[in-house]
Amino acid sequence: MAIDTVGALPDENGKQRLIVLEHAGKIDPEDIEAYMAVGGYATCSDVLQSMTPAEVIEQIRNSGLRGRGGAGYPVGLKWSTVAKAHGSQKYIVCNGDEGDPGAFMDRSIMEADPHRVLEGMMIAAYAVGASRGYLYVRAEYPLAIKRLKHAIKQAEKHGLLGINISGTPFSLSLQVRLGAGAFVCGEETALLASIEGRRGQPRPRPPYPAESGLWGCPTLINNVETYANIVPILREGAEWFASIGTERSKGTKVFALSGRIARTGMIEVPMGTTLREIIYDIGGGIPDGRTFKAVQTGGPSGGCIPAAHIDTPVDYESLKQVGSMMGSGGMIVMDDSSCMVDVAKYFLEFCMTESCGKCVPCRVGTAQMYGLLEKISEGRASLDDLALLEDLCDMVANTSLCGLGQAAPNPVISTLRYFRDEYMAHIVDKTCPAHVCPVSRKEAVR
Amino acid sequence: MRTNTIAPPSDDKRWRIVQATMRRHGFAPDALIEALHSAQEAFGYLDDDALRYVGKSLHLPLSRVYGVATFYNLFTLKPQGEHTCVVCMGTACYIKGGPDVLKAIEDAAGVRKGETTPDKKVSLLVARCLGACALAPAVVFDGEMDGQLAPGQAASRIKEWMGDGN
Ligand SMILES: Cc1cc2nc3c(=O)[nH]c(=O)nc-3n(C[C@H](O)[C@H](O)[C@H](O)COP(=O)(O)O)c2cc1C
Ligand code: SF4
Ligand code: FES
Repeated sequence: MAIDTVGALPDENGKQRLIVLEHAGKIDPEDIEAYMAVGGYATCSDVLQSMTPAEVIEQIRNSGLRGRGGAGYPVGLKWSTVAKAHGSQKYIVCNGDEGDPGAFMDRSIMEADPHRVLEGMMIAAYAVGASRGYLYVRAEYPLAIKRLKHAIKQAEKHGLLGINISGTPFSLSLQVRLGAGAFVCGEETALLASIEGRRGQPRPRPPYPAESGLWGCPTLINNVETYANIVPILREGAEWFASIGTERSKGTKVFALSGRIARTGMIEVPMGTTLREIIYDIGGGIPDGRTFKAVQTGGPSGGCIPAAHIDTPVDYESLKQVGSMMGSGGMIVMDDSSCMVDVAKYFLEFCMTESCGKCVPCRVGTAQMYGLLEKISEGRASLDDLALLEDLCDMVANTSLCGLGQAAPNPVISTLRYFRDEYMAHIVDKTCPAHVCPVSRKEAVR
Repeated sequence: MRTNTIAPPSDDKRWRIVQATMRRHGFAPDALIEALHSAQEAFGYLDDDALRYVGKSLHLPLSRVYGVATFYNLFTLKPQGEHTCVVCMGTACYIKGGPDVLKAIEDAAGVRKGETTPDKKVSLLVARCLGACALAPAVVFDGEMDGQLAPGQAASRIKEWMGDGN
């Protein structure tokens, strides 16, 4: 069959570094032999034959790899917690829910190199002592689901999954489970509830899934891209991996570039690459003679980074410092045709609709905040409304149960921080400078 | 594993697909979402018969089945139209004119997002990122992805379906 998957955007000036995407678009993802021809499953086999689980965890810890699903939790630390947890049955889970609107890295990885994800999971399962695992993939990704299921079947046929893998005592069975269109199911405790066939509502942590996850058993949960990093680390060594990136953010990160940018698609860059390098050198800058206004990272939990901070390096801490976050890797570029009040309203509507309703601050708070933003965008708001909005940001962020509610105010906070003048224009002058909001549409009609 | 299989609500062959899905999961409670997916794929939506049948087969109370079926956005308890149109409202599509495309489609179909035309011809849905952001704004017409659409183009596809666009 034809290789219909996409790899990274062309690397014209050597800014990219392909580790996770090394095979993407280059091998047939539906053929296990193609994966093996480029060295696939050799690392897993070496690990099973010659390393103890503790040695694997040590390597991952030394590599400095942090979770690619958003929060950046150290992977080695999580693995050792699961390895130490008591329980005769342990589970391993791959988070392929990729709910951030505007992110498609995990989908591309699953579609272009499914065996790479499986091999990473096998090594992880061996390291933590898990014998069963699930890949939870959003139902909106039928091709990724099909390819993963096919890859699992092929791996089983080759004796790479199942009982006594490669003649060792290690056994592992993997299954794909479908999401059903709920953003909150990307949150780990909600995801586990969903695998159990229940409503995907988060529960308080602790206990963390590492201690009490699926059916109360210790469960390791990592993101797709996190697993895709495991093979190269063990193949090339922890020192090699740790030499890439910055002091506290190691390796590379895959981003999905989209929005008002000349070249849209996937890129993979070393941590520490600046936003300017990504947007201008790799993405080709802003088309149609327009000017760069902001780049949104981190999805509905992230923020808008303005032109003044375009030299920010992408690493977990720097992005946080400018009021956004790494998130899963969506990067949406905006030019002067976007209104920041409208963008904030867009994300709030998202969080309001996707709130699971379990706790009041998030369920009611996001709706109230949305109402206020609507008022602002229609030119009906006063400065008191703005003060109320800021109070609500604080309240919702500090009292919500899970990450969805806790981070829901971020897009509002970050746009208020950098684009307060736009809010003022809507409230005081009753105009929308970018001519997006109803307040200026009404003007135009009149 | 539980083996006592429940008889399907009718002799419609499609129930066998649903039953096979549940059997593959050993009729365990965690097969619920997979079973609902399979029923919806076979019948287009989840009616009371389907919910009851799945619940009984998996030994789950109807309240639990109904709770799950209504929690997840992809499950629908109402029959869909002959054609479905899914407009992406993910961030990349939103920034690149998704709202204008949606408006044009709503005007052409005469219904709002989430609704089906009275003649049951067209169901209009919105999605949060179809993972094709590079094609923004993206719309799926009857399962086929179409990208970089102008509002007018999108509207004429709908009018074709409605039977008055040549
Ligand atoms: C509302 C919400 C949505 C999330 N969505 C995702 C997601 O789509 N994909 C993902 O990998 N992690 C998501 N996460 C993070 C997970 O809860 C979890 O931290 C992650 O899967 C752990 O994997 P990692 O350590 O490899 O990043 C989400 C968290 C929250 C609070
Ligand atoms: S914060 Fe929101 S999504 Fe999270 S548990 Fe509370 S209501 Fe549900
Ligand atoms: S935002 Fe529309 S496809 Fe991603």
